[in-house]
Amino acid sequence: MSNINELSFEDAFQELEKIVTKLESGELNLEDSVNLFERGRQLSARCQQILDGAELRVSQLTEDGGLDPMD
Amino acid sequence: MLDRIKSVAELTSYIRHLIEGDLSLQDVWVSGEVSNMTRARSGHWYFTLKDSDAQLRCVMWRSDAARQTSPIDNGDAIEVHGKIGLYEPRGEYQLYADAIRPVGVGDLYQQFERLKAKLAAEGLFDAERKREYPAFPHQIGVVTSPTAAAFQDILNVLKRRFPLAEVILSPTMVQGNDAPRQIVEAIGRLNAYTEVDLILVCRGGGSIEDLWAFNDEQVALAVAGSRIPVITGVGHETDFTIVDFVSDVRAPTPSAAAEQAVPNLADINAGLRLLTERLDGMMYDALLEREDKLNNVQRTLDYISPARTIANFRQRVDDLHGRVQRSQQDRLRRLRDRLDSKTAALEAASPQAILNRGYAIVTRSDDDRRIISELDATPGTGITIQLKDGELKARIEDKDAHEQYKRTLF
Repeated sequence: MSNINELSFEDAFQELEKIVTKLESGELNLEDSVNLFERGRQLSARCQQILDGAELRVSQLTEDGGLDPMD
Repeated sequence: MLDRIKSVAELTSYIRHLIEGDLSLQDVWVSGEVSNMTRARSGHWYFTLKDSDAQLRCVMWRSDAARQTSPIDNGDAIEVHGKIGLYEPRGEYQLYADAIRPVGVGDLYQQFERLKAKLAAEGLFDAERKREYPAFPHQIGVVTSPTAAAFQDILNVLKRRFPLAEVILSPTMVQGNDAPRQIVEAIGRLNAYTEVDLILVCRGGGSIEDLWAFNDEQVALAVAGSRIPVITGVGHETDFTIVDFVSDVRAPTPSAAAEQAVPNLADINAGLRLLTERLDGMMYDALLEREDKLNNVQRTLDYISPARTIANFRQRVDDLHGRVQRSQQDRLRRLRDRLDSKTAALEAASPQAILNRGYAIVTRSDDDRRIISELDATPGTGITIQLKDGELKARIEDKDAHEQYKRTLF
């Protein structure tokens, strides 16, 4: 499994959705469930962290394909 | 009808019916120059449309006048759409106008329709060409003018709804003769240099001429040929441009295009909260279910437990053990008793015991053989008489001679 703090919002959110679906299928043993649950909580926290810190970045594409940040 | 004398009103009414019954007069475009423009306080417009040879009274009611986007003034060459009617109090026919456009715009409409038909025939508007774009776009390309209000509108929407995204502006002019070329290049640069998830092609509201760059065939082909999905937001709600037909999604305004492009942060937050609650609930349920199962098994286990049987067996073992011990002790005691009696018997049978009771052991002195029978000794044989505390030595006498002692004695 990848390091949670390097996951993008989208990846973390999608993995969280998968985990919830998997847990809801109820086919796991207790130990796997607990491990998945812990991972899920971490993913949830990661998503929240990204959302809380999000700030729209804007840049301008130049003629030659460079990017100039805009305020 | 005309064979008797009419009143003016009757005649006028008759003419009105003739005019209004002629369908070709009820849906007509007329071109001319504006004069006598009057905007009444009521909101209605009154003006005369004229050319070098004739003039036509025109009226536009307030509801229609309010919708006109191009300002008109005396001397303007315009085209007016409406229907011819007759205003009976004055006996004047006039044009009841419902749309006005500058002269030449009609040509634009024709161009528009021609290009639209052509591109439609090429299949560029087909529904199956429309592409999906990511629900959570990382990068959003924007093709518009950096100085336009539309760009600020887009940024405001994105900041509010989805600040996770990164915006890459590919700047271009959005009106004027050079605009089509620039828009094509701006779209091309995003395709060539970036990996944006989608492109917003936007321009704020304006007249049909202002929006004309977005009805350009090259611009339409650039949108259709874009590797990256395109959302268009050009003009106002009711404006449709050619690029709107070829783009993957048409939004009514630039702001709406930005809203189409991204999910709403509030929705995401709610979704995240919901997911987390489901996660917690599931774990809680899972643990509860396991606890129940465990309790059930525990109860069953208690019920079928061999502990009681084991206790029973233990007691029986204890009983048996006691019985074995007791019988063993009895046996030992009996053995000991028998041993004691045998020992006593043995002791009672020992020579010493016999001697103690007054018996004697007699042996021949010469060979120590015991004298058990009267034949074992003859008169004169030396004998040893063993008694409990010592020995006597004697000699066997002749029986008859010995009888003398008896007689003598008694």
